[in-house]
Amino acid sequence: MAIVVDKDTKLVVSGLTGREGSFHGLRNRSYGTYLAAGVTPGKGGQDVEGVPVFDSIREAVEGEGANTSMIFVPARFAAPAIDEAIESGVHTVIAITEGIPVLDMLKTYWKARAAGVRLIGPNCPGVLSPGKANVGIIPAQFFDPGKIGVVSKSGTLTYQIGNELKQAGEGNSSIVGIGGDPIIGSDFIDILELFEADPETELIVMVGEIGGDAEERAAEFIATEVSKPVVAYIAGFTAPPGRQMGHAGAIISGSSGTAQAKKEALEAKGVRVGESPTETARIAVEVLRG
Amino acid sequence: MDLLEYQGKQLFAAHGIAVPSGEVATTVEEAVAAAERIGYPCAIKAQVLIGGRGKAGGIKIAADRAEAEQHAGAILGMDIRGPRGEGPFRVERVWVEGGSDIAAEYYASVILDRGEKKLLAMVSARGGMDIEAVAAEDPGALVKEHIDPTRPFTVAAARPIVAAAGLAEDVRDEAAAVLVKLAAVAQAEDATLIEVNPLIVTADRQVVALDAKVTIDGNALYRHEELAEIDAESIDDPQEAMARERGLTYVKLDGNVGILANGAGLCMSTLDVVAQAGGAPANFLDAGGGSKAEAIVDALTVIASDAKVTAILFNIFGGITRCDEIAKGIVEASSQLELGVPLVVRLDGTNSEEGLAILAGAGLANLHQETTMLGAAQKVVELAGGNS
Repeated sequence: MAIVVDKDTKLVVSGLTGREGSFHGLRNRSYGTYLAAGVTPGKGGQDVEGVPVFDSIREAVEGEGANTSMIFVPARFAAPAIDEAIESGVHTVIAITEGIPVLDMLKTYWKARAAGVRLIGPNCPGVLSPGKANVGIIPAQFFDPGKIGVVSKSGTLTYQIGNELKQAGEGNSSIVGIGGDPIIGSDFIDILELFEADPETELIVMVGEIGGDAEERAAEFIATEVSKPVVAYIAGFTAPPGRQMGHAGAIISGSSGTAQAKKEALEAKGVRVGESPTETARIAVEVLRG
Repeated sequence: MDLLEYQGKQLFAAHGIAVPSGEVATTVEEAVAAAERIGYPCAIKAQVLIGGRGKAGGIKIAADRAEAEQHAGAILGMDIRGPRGEGPFRVERVWVEGGSDIAAEYYASVILDRGEKKLLAMVSARGGMDIEAVAAEDPGALVKEHIDPTRPFTVAAARPIVAAAGLAEDVRDEAAAVLVKLAAVAQAEDATLIEVNPLIVTADRQVVALDAKVTIDGNALYRHEELAEIDAESIDDPQEAMARERGLTYVKLDGNVGILANGAGLCMSTLDVVAQAGGAPANFLDAGGGSKAEAIVDALTVIASDAKVTAILFNIFGGITRCDEIAKGIVEASSQLELGVPLVVRLDGTNSEEGLAILAGAGLANLHQETTMLGAAQKVVELAGGNS
């Protein structure tokens, strides 16, 4: 098993005819992900290296049995594209696009909830289940199949930690990039719940950063709902208040959302928090091997 | 993006929320002329993006022309620090507005609650002071209610909130209407925070926004032309302005270790690791995914233009970003710029071997290669020396 994406994933990519969408969509296919279709309004009937293109996601669901949608369309058109995916019949939507207005995402979040569709992102690198499927932009070469589940707000930081785990001889069940925006479809809690239920996952690495209270909420959830060991890393101890640090959601507002508060909340619930990516990977390996 | 008080009030006025009339001024002469038009008493208020202006001496009431001149002279050009030591913020503009006859001071806000994924309305009868302190001392004094995202927010829905907060009965309908309008401003203008403190009741029982704190979602500026112009004008740091022109994500900090990494999370982590090694980061700069050589030249140009920088760290973990492209950019930048400070480079991930070979082949003076993130942080701190 793995979570979110696996051998049953049948992927439809919105924006497959664009430069980024075709590059990453075809990269996902060459990894072994079943790429069922692409969607670009007005380009239905064409194909991208043999992958059929439809005018709408619903047609891709009906015609090719697509069950997972990846959104690669530009920010100002992305929220409607996610809404379309939510209503198309797929069970999972993974939104890579960065820069979507947050109040648009607020509406889209509740649409996904009402429809019972799992939304990952936006502003995320996607989900990789090593050896099974890759949906998004995560470079798969740094991750081997294994027992560690990773959930993270950050892309490159995850690659850094994954690579250190690989060098230590450990691999991953799934790597889930939940995204760095203020409003995201799946929070740490949602993914922790999936890892807890996944028999392949024996330990969870959680990578957080400044802004919001998702890490604090995760700490509460871990205390009562997660039996597997969790090791965490938090980025942004040196970030000044009121400044957005790259990600739209990475901002300390007044005195809330600091890295220190998140670290303390997690440690209070028995979660070990690494000082650096390197130390985090080391602790994870140490805990896993008992 | 945060708006200055007067910009927020102009936004309120456009949405039918009562605000005192006023004028913005950048010189003492302009401020006095504005005061003469508005009449006395009038308030002269420093326009800076930080709370606690009153305590810092940035808000004064002028009873006549002489006082207007005196206060404007004192406030324009002053440096204001925030309650948590933020800043200093130099006062370049004042807002001159008519004095208000205040019968009561309330608090009202509408903010995005990220955790609950809803807008949150908050109201208190104890406005005019630090609301976090009020809530800490007496949590019941600040009434919080989420706005249902699936229904329109109406006066009928807002009225129980203002009633629970204990606002005077005769102004509850009007206060509820203001709360509805604040939520409408949030939706219409893509604001993630709107705070009015104080929201006053005047002697003749009008409800008026006496202050305005507004944060606009930067991702939505493309659909708000006037707000985008304010955003473009708001950058006064030279490095941040350069970075903006070049499309780079850059945040200026206080230290002397220049930093470039790819990805926001890895970049924040790099700052932390440098600080742990005893160094002081000079900036945050995310080179982004898939950076090409030209972007690296731009990034180094911006970092090196900060005179405080005494050493620069490149921390790259290539995923989509290819390390050979980064290396080409470093070589290119070194030939174009008189860097004059040591560079510590750590390249890992996609095409790192090719990248390292390019750097080795270029034989650059003052370039130090490290293989790990922690090793690179220690090296750059050693080379940077103390932060003066």
